[in-house]
This record gives sequence, structure tokens and C-alpha cells, in this order.
Amino acid sequence: MTDEMSTRKINSFQKQKNKQEMQRMVVSFALMIIFTLIAFALVMLEVPSTYVIPIILLLAFVQVGFQFFYFMHLKDKGHEVPSQIIYGGVFITVMVALTFTVITWW
Amino acid sequence: MGMTSAQKRGFGATLWDWLTTVDHKKIGILYMAGGGFFFLMGGLEAVIIRIQLMSPENNFISAGLYNEMITMHGTTMIFLAAMPILLGLMNFIMPLQIGARDVAFPFLNSLGFWLFLFGGVLLNLSWFTGAPDAGWTNYAPLSIQSPGHGIDFYIMGLQLSGAGTLMGGINFIVTIVLMRAPGMTYMRMPLFTWTTFVASILILFAFPALTVGLFLMMFDRMFGSAFFDAALGGNAVIWQHLFWIFGHPEVYILILPVFGVFSEVFPTFAKKRLFGYTAMVFATFLIAFLGFMVWAHHMFTVGLGPVANSIFAVATMAIAVPTGIKIFNWLFTLWGGSIKINSAMLWALAFIPSFTIGGMTGVMLASAVADYQYHDTYFVIGHFHYVIVGGTVFGILSGLHYWWPKMFGKYLHEGLGQLSFWTFFVGFHLTFFIQHFLGLMGMPRRYWVFLENQGLDTGNLISSIGAFFMSFGVIVFLINIILTTIKGKKAPRDAWGSGRTLEWSISSPPVHYNYKQLPLVRGLDPLWIEKMEGNKNMTPAEPVDEIHMPNGSILPLIITIGMTIASYGFIYQTGNKLWLIAVYSGMAIALISMLTRSLKDDHGHHIPKEELERIGD
Repeated sequence: MTDEMSTRKINSFQKQKNKQEMQRMVVSFALMIIFTLIAFALVMLEVPSTYVIPIILLLAFVQVGFQFFYFMHLKDKGHEVPSQIIYGGVFITVMVALTFTVITWW
Repeated sequence: MGMTSAQKRGFGATLWDWLTTVDHKKIGILYMAGGGFFFLMGGLEAVIIRIQLMSPENNFISAGLYNEMITMHGTTMIFLAAMPILLGLMNFIMPLQIGARDVAFPFLNSLGFWLFLFGGVLLNLSWFTGAPDAGWTNYAPLSIQSPGHGIDFYIMGLQLSGAGTLMGGINFIVTIVLMRAPGMTYMRMPLFTWTTFVASILILFAFPALTVGLFLMMFDRMFGSAFFDAALGGNAVIWQHLFWIFGHPEVYILILPVFGVFSEVFPTFAKKRLFGYTAMVFATFLIAFLGFMVWAHHMFTVGLGPVANSIFAVATMAIAVPTGIKIFNWLFTLWGGSIKINSAMLWALAFIPSFTIGGMTGVMLASAVADYQYHDTYFVIGHFHYVIVGGTVFGILSGLHYWWPKMFGKYLHEGLGQLSFWTFFVGFHLTFFIQHFLGLMGMPRRYWVFLENQGLDTGNLISSIGAFFMSFGVIVFLINIILTTIKGKKAPRDAWGSGRTLEWSISSPPVHYNYKQLPLVRGLDPLWIEKMEGNKNMTPAEPVDEIHMPNGSILPLIITIGMTIASYGFIYQTGNKLWLIAVYSGMAIALISMLTRSLKDDHGHHIPKEELERIGD
């Protein structure tokens, strides 16, 4: 009897958590779509490129964050190893891009 | 399966079994067999190169064929011989060492193998119509302007086998993260498993650079883009960057696993636990980390500027520190041990001085200023053969002798093993030591001939004689394998009597589900701990229960065949658009097979408890 009670409690707790998670997913998904629309709008409205480029880069950066933390679960417990491997990949990519910028294209 | 698999089966059934297998042990053997075949191909090419360079102004092969020979020798040895044999060892041994019944993605494992094999075969088919001839580094713009389809074969062949390797790497990472036996914490993993893990991470990060580079090259050569064409605003140096961003981690992918092999061989035959286990693990990570920020040391003479050169020179020299830590740890493992010398141990012992010489010349090359003198000379050839042969090949041979009884249930013949070791070892130093001096005297690499009386004659002759010694050693090793297969001495579980890790706790060769009961790991060197407490075997972590195993599948082979047909189409569609039929039909075969795989549920099979109890252990 008590067993059943506790499992039901855990279930409702889990349900609550899942609901929260879903809400966050939807919010971040909506934000990502809005960001994309903003980026397109800026280009279509022919805002000078001095503003457009940094804004788009900023939006892209935030969007990558959403992607990693919400959709790829990097923020969750039990995802430490995949997170570290992805951070490693990000580190190497950034370093390569930086090196290319400095010694090849500059 | 199980008991019944011991019964004799027809040739067709056996072949079908190997073509459809998803068993990590069989795939490991396939990798080693495929890699071994390409090793012989690459060795043959090496001997042809050395015959050509045996005497001044020799005319054994033509200049064009010589270029093809050096390109194929390098490409074959790195991509199709050394790496697959290592992947084979990892495939076979690593799941046993962590107490797993298979890898995380058995289907993917099989697909990875077939992609490697068909990529290699595709590359070698180029011999019939003209092989790639721009060196294994395939530098643009030379590779862009190379006529014929040789370079196209290089691009498509490496793209296929590279995809296979990437799958292997991801598979190993997931396997090690998720499938360790109860009690096997990260810091209780054997060093070979650790180096497999780190090498797999390197594969994961390094191979995409090659993939991108190859795609850009493919578009430049086949579809008229101009990424590397300076005349149209491209930049040929980008190829060099991409190639070496991949290429430098690649050499660590080749060396780290054999560091793991030595870290297993030394403790076993010195009967001592590995000295400095923790330091070894961190040194491995440090090497991997630094390995990503040194690629430009291959490009010192490109003209990156003094600041870039200095940064990369310092980073390169820093790698000597973790590597030195490893060398000293192996020496301290040997120190005071009760050392047993056999062929596995001989290869490992010979590795230490040989590899250290290679490391030393590496630090010399790392000095950007001095590199202007060494660049593109035989000094470089001497250096990287000391690390790749003296490191990777010695390690592979050590590992093969060490694990052969585990993999095939029979010991390799000791006398033949020592004969092949001594001839190969002497031949290796004869061939490559003198090349350092040839390089310092100014002999450039990749030249078809050298002139008489410039002080290069004797050195080259000695080098070629060494190559014959090495060939003899390899042939003896092959004879050893054949003799052992026919009538080798049977090996027990703990084949060397002093095994420390989990693979020695199960039968030789292991049953297809590896562990009837998953073992409970109580510390580093789990089998040794049990033996020291008087237990004959591992303590099980679970009761005997039915075992869930994956089903075999022919789909990986069909996917690969489709991809290969498509690759052939890509290569030849530049001349005749009818070849696009091959592209589309090949891709269709591959995609339909993938769809079949996705839509058809395959839950694997269960080995019932009764059968397991009947077998005993």
C-alpha cells in the first residue's frame, strides 16, 4: 500500500518535472525561431552591415547555447562526459577558427 | 550458437557468418586481417622504393610510377595498415578489458569495418588506371593539377575509409563511457582501454577536418570550385592547414593505443603493477590535448611568420614532457621486476630506445629555425619512421604476440617470433638510422633518383639492405602465423600466467558473449587482485541469467557496396555524365539499406539460461 503511494508520488513528481522541461523546450524553441526571424528581418530591412554582422553573431551565439543546453541536455545531471567532450570539440573548433583568422586570412 | 558453433559448418555458412557478423571479436579479426593485407601492400611498395634508391640514377621504375609508389606507400601504411590494425586490437581487446559483452553499437561497428575495407580496395584499384601521385599529404595545387583520376581515387577512398574510422571512434567512446562492468570506475580502467578512449576522442575531433578538406578537394577537382586555386581567389595553404589539423592528431591516434599496449605488456612480464598509473592517464590526456595545437609545425617553411612559428615550436617541444613521463614510468615498471623476456616483451623493450630516438629528432625538428634545414629531407623520413615503425609497428607486433593466445587460443611460436624480431629490428635501424645523415647531407625526400659521388651512394645502399632485412622479418612472422594456425600450442585462460586485467579471466578464445556473468571489479588490475586473494577467477557481479545479444546483419556490407559504387561514379562522372547513373544507383542502394535498417525492428536474440548452465564456464 505504502509502496504504491510512494511510486505514485514519484510519478507525480516526475510528471511535474517533465512538464517543466517541456515548457522550457517550447520557450527556447520559440526564442530560436524569433532570433532567426530577427536575423532575416535585419538583412531584409537593409540595416548597415556594421550593425547586422555583430548582432547576427550574437544571436547565433545565444542560439548555439540553447541548442547545446536545452536540446542536447548539456545542463542535465548525468551528462557530464558528453558535455566535456562537446566542450573539448568547441574549444578545438574555436582555436582552429582563431588560428585561421590570424595566420591565414588576416 | 554457443556450443553448436564449435561444430563444423560448410564454407558458405562460415563465409555468411563473417560477412554478417556484428561480434566485436570477429570484426576485430577482420580489421586486423584487412590491415595486415594492406600492410603487405605498403611493404611491397616500400621495397620497390628502396630498390629504386639502391644505386645512383637507378632506372628500376619510371619517375611517374615512383611518385605513385611513394604516395601509395604513405597513404596505405597510415590509413589502411597501421590504423585498422590498431582499431582491430581495440575492437577485440577493449570490450574484454572493461567486462562488456560487445561494443555499444555493433551494427555501426560492422559498417565501420566494411567502409574501411572498401575504401582501401577502392584506393588500390587506382593502380590499374594510374594511382594518386601528389604524396600522401596530397598538397594543393599539385593535387589539383594532377592529371588522370589518381587523386580522385585518393579523395573517395579516404572519404569512405575515414567515415568508417569516425564511426569506430564514436563507438569506442560510447562503449567505454557506458558499458564498463560493475565496479570498473574510470581510474580502474586498464591503460589500453584508456588510450583507446583518448585515441577515439582524437578520431572524433580530428577526422572531421580531413572530411572537410577532402570535400573541398573533391569539389575543386570534380565540380569546378576554386577553394585551393589562387588564380580564382582560393588559397592552397588552407588544404595544408586542414590536412595537418587532421594529420597531427592522426599520428597520436597511431601512437597512443600502442602506448596502451606497452603499458599492458610491461606489467605482465615484469610481474609488477604499472608504475605511475595516474600519471600515465594524465600524460595520455596531455599528449592528446597538445596534439591539437601543434599542426603548423609541419608548415614552418610555408611562411606563417616568426610569431606563429615560435608558438607552434614551443607547443611541439612541450609534448616531449608527457611523453618523457611515460618513458620513465615504463622504465620504473621494469625496475626491480621479475622480468620474463619473450617476443612480445622484446618488441616492447626495443620500442623504448627506438621511439626515444624518434622523439629526440622530433624535438630537433620542432625548432622552427633548424627546421628550415631539415624540411623535406631524408632527416624527416628518418624521424617519422622512427616514431611510426619504432613506435606503432613495434607496438602492434608486441600487442599481437601478447594477445594472440587470447584472440586465437594458440601461442605464436617463440623461436620464430624472436627470429622475426631480431631481423626486423636490425633491418629497421639499418634502413632508417642512416637516413638522418642522408638528410643532413642534403638528400631531399620524394626524389626519384640521386646523383653519383655526392656522398649519398653508400648510405642509400645500406638503407636498402635494411629494407630487405625488414621484409625477411615480416615473412617469418607470416610463416609463424600459418604454422601456429596449423599446430600451435593451446593457450589456457591466463595465457602468460601473470595476466592482470579482465581479458585473461575468460577462455581463450572467448565465447561469443564474452562473459557468462559480468565480473565484479574490485580495483585496478582486477584479475591480479582476485589471484592474490587465492581466488581462481573473478567474482561475478550478477547471477547466471539469459544474455541479450545483437543479431548479425548483411546490411552494413550492402550499404558499403552502394557507397563504393557511388564513389566510382563520382570519380568518372567528370569525363562522362553517364557515370552519374552509378552515383544515383549506388546512393539508392545505400539509402534504401539504411531505411530498411531504420524501419525494421531488430531486437537481437537471447541466450537462454539453461544453455549457459549446460556449458559451465
